[in-house]
Amino acid sequence: MEAIAAPPLGARRLRRLAAAYGQELVVLGALVVLMVGVGLYNPRFLSDTSLTSVFSGNAYIAVAAIGMSMVIITGNIDVSVGALIGVLGTIAGTLAVNGAPTWVSWGTPLLVGMAVNAVIGLLVAYARIPAIVVTLGMLSILRGGLISATGGKWISGLPSAFRLAQERFFGVPSGVFIAAILTVIAALWMRYSSTGRAIYAVGGNAEAARAAGVRTQGMLVLVFALHGFFAGIAAVLFATQLQVIQSTVPPNLEMSIITASVIGGVSILGGTGTVIGSTLAALLFSAIASALIFVNISAYWLRAVLGLLILGTVLADMARRRRKGRIQ
Amino acid sequence: MPSIVELKEVSKSFGGVAALRGVNFEVRPGEVHALLGENGAGKSTLIRIMSGALPPDAGEVYVSGERVRLGSPRDARARGIATVYQELLLFPDLTVAENIFLGNAPRKRFLALDWSAMRARARTLLDSLESRELDVDARLGDLSVANRQRVEIAKALSQEPRVLIMDEPTASLAEADVQRLMAVVRMLRDRGVAIVYVSHKLPEIFALADRVTVLRDGALIGTRAAKEVDEQGLISMMVGRSIDQLFPKEAAPLGEPLLEVEDLRYRHVVNGVSFSVRAGEILGIAGLVGSGRTETALTIFGITPATGGRIKVNGKPVIIDSPRRARDLGIAYVPEDRGLQGLIRVQTIRENVSLAILDRLSRLSVVNRKDELRRADEAITRFGIRARGPEMLVRQLSGGNQQKVVLGKWLGAEPRILIMDEPTRGIDVGAKSEVHALMSRLAQQGLAIVMISSELPEVLGMSDRVLVMSRGQVVASFDRAAATPDAVGAAMTHAGQERGAV
Repeated sequence: MEAIAAPPLGARRLRRLAAAYGQELVVLGALVVLMVGVGLYNPRFLSDTSLTSVFSGNAYIAVAAIGMSMVIITGNIDVSVGALIGVLGTIAGTLAVNGAPTWVSWGTPLLVGMAVNAVIGLLVAYARIPAIVVTLGMLSILRGGLISATGGKWISGLPSAFRLAQERFFGVPSGVFIAAILTVIAALWMRYSSTGRAIYAVGGNAEAARAAGVRTQGMLVLVFALHGFFAGIAAVLFATQLQVIQSTVPPNLEMSIITASVIGGVSILGGTGTVIGSTLAALLFSAIASALIFVNISAYWLRAVLGLLILGTVLADMARRRRKGRIQ
Repeated sequence: MPSIVELKEVSKSFGGVAALRGVNFEVRPGEVHALLGENGAGKSTLIRIMSGALPPDAGEVYVSGERVRLGSPRDARARGIATVYQELLLFPDLTVAENIFLGNAPRKRFLALDWSAMRARARTLLDSLESRELDVDARLGDLSVANRQRVEIAKALSQEPRVLIMDEPTASLAEADVQRLMAVVRMLRDRGVAIVYVSHKLPEIFALADRVTVLRDGALIGTRAAKEVDEQGLISMMVGRSIDQLFPKEAAPLGEPLLEVEDLRYRHVVNGVSFSVRAGEILGIAGLVGSGRTETALTIFGITPATGGRIKVNGKPVIIDSPRRARDLGIAYVPEDRGLQGLIRVQTIRENVSLAILDRLSRLSVVNRKDELRRADEAITRFGIRARGPEMLVRQLSGGNQQKVVLGKWLGAEPRILIMDEPTRGIDVGAKSEVHALMSRLAQQGLAIVMISSELPEVLGMSDRVLVMSRGQVVASFDRAAATPDAVGAAMTHAGQERGAV
């Protein structure tokens, strides 16, 4: 087989890269085309301040999408993460205004997020309730709890040390920096660690993974807990963006996060996709949102554009699967 | 006699790979025309073209002498060509009658369904298939595989086809059901239906077929009258070489008992099974489908942990509560259903081969890629997996090659005890003898092998000892010398009758 006119090594590498990261490359390409296109139309789009706001405003979505991608890779879903981010952000802010040390205000949401989602994971793995049902329930609990507890009031008077998202690390907005670092670590972990590989296996075929000795139930709990951890970080970034914390998170936040994963190439059927894709997709959204402003199109079109993107991505994914599957 | 369906110089390729190259094929009324070939030879492509599911790239299709273009399966059905697929395309939550008439139900006025006509016609169809005991109102999901297949055949017959294509109809049937199916095929033939019969099982083909066509690597090797060829001749046509022996179990020195099972129980399906297997020994387990063979394997392997009884590995009592535990004890299980329990089809060969040994392959949780790739390459050469390389996705492989990946995965884990459930189901003759030779080698290396098989020749050829199971119990046991087809077959059917009488 090897002997048949092997293409040069470089080309083969490239082809393998293209095969393994097809969707990620498509999203990256779309991002570049969009930036260049809108930049030509309105050069101010590529200025430093505008780019900074483009990327840092959506960094928390990218971070939450890392955990969401892992959950979807196992063949599950979480529709409660938007509400969770709201709750965790409020917890962080409440601690901060009541004089807790900064590390406590930042750290508590991570732990609470892990705990809440570990419960989801336990229900999914051991009680075998479908994740969509568990998280729909959790969504109601969290959203209702949050509004009852805060009475819908905003938290203001946040200490300046608390405002993580307004910092810069090495000249880069902290949110972008954190999202990038976490994406790289998570991607490497998923690809090269035995646990990451087991997670893909669970999503690809849970029965076969279990038969091969993978602790499938443990993996589910772990993945949900990790997802809660990322939601905690996302919540801190979200809560520290502005001078106040609104007790209402952006509507459909969980949908934006799920959309980022799906457009980034994570198959809703489980087993395939990478967190790199979801981060690129989160960047693509914010770039689209800003681009609409720069080319003077109503921001209301954003959701419609995202909807088209989802459908387009899924169609492309299915076409690719069909092509690949057709070798009898 | 003129042919009903004729393909002339038909070619088809997928992404540059030729699946069929200028093949001629025809089938006449009242004949059974068997289609033979190894996996990947092009049989499926050929029948998909005949049934309208695939358009040919080149060549002509004639139905009753008229040149046609079959644009869809519906098109083909309208011209009298019906297909019974290998994986049954039925709806488990609908009744038998609903399944049979789905898509062309009898109607009353205003498009309302004519339920009584539907049930009556379903009854007639099933009766004509000698399936009087099958209830037309039964939920399909509650039926056995053999009965579901009868429903599928009834569905195909509901449109009174002139040509019936059957794709490996006996692949998942037990011996008694195979006999019944063959009787149905003969009956249809005598009614004048033209039957295209795809199967790997040569005895069936000799028992049924009037003519045999052999494909190899997408090309037509030849069409012969079944009377003019023998088994050896067909096999060498299929594989392009002659295989002297299909079942080459060679003598291996027997060692200590590695696996001992005593009064093993799982719910109501495994009812007190006892046996032991020694190093170097192959223990065959025969029995009808549903006799508790697979369930026994699942219980030993911890997929459905035992609810009673004792298991000893290497003479030490153990409790196996998960597949992970079984694996750590040196047990491997090659499952009956590769898609469900054997493989992660969206992953590559490399990822599948290393799945059972990820812990062992990693240091500080990082998987050693080099080692992993080396093992995948090794598995590909050792088992002769036909693939472009270790990074090829498993779902792109043919059935036999997928089975080899499952074997590669489990033998990579270096088990001492290997349980194989239908190890050669659905794989072609060449791959089959490779798997048998491999089992023989493994036994010589001192593995204890438990082989569950519905193919009697395989059980008799490969096993040092044969157990026969029925109703979750071992009902007979034979040494190699005593295990004649008559004796084992009688034990299986006798047990079956007993069950029928209870």
